[in-house]
Amino acid sequence: MVNGFIQASYFVVAVVFILGLKAMSSPVTARKGIVWAGYAMVAATVVTFFTPGMGNVGLMVLAIVSGGAVAWWSGKTVKMTDMPQMVAIYNGMGGGAAAAIAALEFARGEVHGPVAATLAVLGALIGSVAFSGSCIAFAKLQGIMQKAWRLPAQNQVNIALAAVAVLLGLGIIMSDTPASFLVVLFFIVALALGVILTSPIGGADMPVVISLLNAFTGLAVGFEGYVLGNPALIVAGIVVGASGTLLTQLMAKAMNRPITNVIFTPLTGAASGGGEAVEGTMKEFSSLDAASVMRYASKVIIVPGYGMAVAGAQHKVWEMAQLLEEGGVEVVFAIHPVAGRMPGHMNVLLAEAGVPYDKIFDLEEINADFAQADVALVIGANDVVNPVARTDKSSPIYGMPILNADMAQNVIVVKRGKGAGYSGIENALFYKDNCRMLYGSAQQAIGEVIQHVKALEA
Amino acid sequence: MEGFAAIYIFMLAAFTGYEVISRVPVILHTPLMSGSNFVHGVVLVGAMVVLGHADSNDPVQLAIGFVAVFLGAANAAGGYVVTERMLAMFKGGNKKQGGA
Repeated sequence: MVNGFIQASYFVVAVVFILGLKAMSSPVTARKGIVWAGYAMVAATVVTFFTPGMGNVGLMVLAIVSGGAVAWWSGKTVKMTDMPQMVAIYNGMGGGAAAAIAALEFARGEVHGPVAATLAVLGALIGSVAFSGSCIAFAKLQGIMQKAWRLPAQNQVNIALAAVAVLLGLGIIMSDTPASFLVVLFFIVALALGVILTSPIGGADMPVVISLLNAFTGLAVGFEGYVLGNPALIVAGIVVGASGTLLTQLMAKAMNRPITNVIFTPLTGAASGGGEAVEGTMKEFSSLDAASVMRYASKVIIVPGYGMAVAGAQHKVWEMAQLLEEGGVEVVFAIHPVAGRMPGHMNVLLAEAGVPYDKIFDLEEINADFAQADVALVIGANDVVNPVARTDKSSPIYGMPILNADMAQNVIVVKRGKGAGYSGIENALFYKDNCRMLYGSAQQAIGEVIQHVKALEA
Repeated sequence: MEGFAAIYIFMLAAFTGYEVISRVPVILHTPLMSGSNFVHGVVLVGAMVVLGHADSNDPVQLAIGFVAVFLGAANAAGGYVVTERMLAMFKGGNKKQGGA
């Protein structure tokens, strides 16, 4: 009776999760979606306490309260620009939980049959990789780990470690009651694999990696759900595994970096060495010049990049855009799929500043409009507007879809200083005849522009 | 669980996941990734079940179970808070503004 009620509850929970994810696919219903899913999670947690034969309840409550409180507090206090690493670390924790479930099932000798054993081992392997990999991703985005490092013969080491993990896993599957040293060794190798796989990956590829690890955790949870005979875990885990895989593909496509390239041949200016030298000089612009050009333009397209977010300038930029609009200038925002650190990250940051989303356009929607724009204002973006991606076959970013900011009548680039972008590649846009550089931090440069625009109005 | 029934569940869930996300606009990709991150926080339920059945005289089992529940709870709670904060920003954004 109790069991039937619990099973029915899990069924409803699984349905609500799927409906919640569906609701999250439209801006109008998105917030409802997460709230529904939240209620479902609470319900699932509560009914689980009534599972027949549950012991260690005190310890369990302690773990839920402490784990939940730490995450709740850190999630509430984190800055919006730091969201990607928080998603990474919470995801890693889920992977770790899935791996720990497998570990405990092995310790209890509760994994029966070759199918369950195989899925338990796979879930443990994937979960461990997601855990340690996400910790590295967090450390990198948080700035704790500055440099990407590569082992000599990195790919061979990856393959060797993966092979060892698979062999140890096979050993566990084969034996009825696996020896504990075998299980411990397996987890050590799996965790090491996550570290070694993620360490050489550079910052620009990080969103793809986080998304991939998110899909990994989903799979691991689904597999452990099979081992535990819990359909709610299977459905939720596999749904996330599939959607995460699709999302990863979308991101990788947006960057023109196949997933295998992201993992096996990290993008760095030094390593690639390709790309022709760029001719010409960069021409400087004052904030007064920038203000007048934009004030008397009829259409301005703003291209924000991560540099703007780091400077926390999105509020100032929106203030300037509103000011220009009052003067009759049409102002829109063009967002590259990988602007920010994750797809859609820039949209979130602009939404935080109060920019309505009907002013925000995707690459496909807006690229043709640059030719009709009087000004393209590039703020803290670099590689995503580099025209060599269209023209220079030898460049490492050749073929990456870019925003055609160079097609606008005038291009104004707000930049902290001279120097190459995140990938270390020179930007040919900065040397073009229609391009002017406005040096300074985004916050301060846009602030000055606002003053000048106000002065022009007076 | 019957082997084949489970395979059907895996397959249908995979298609569902693919379909659910395939109509998501780019602006919601980050919140959606975060939201799906929250959904796999249901691993908490599995962690609770294994800790609940762990041998209460075996400190190793209890430690692993505690870690599992702690991490699962953190995944669920953190995933929820972060997603909710991001999506809350879209609330006011819906109003159409005049002009171009």
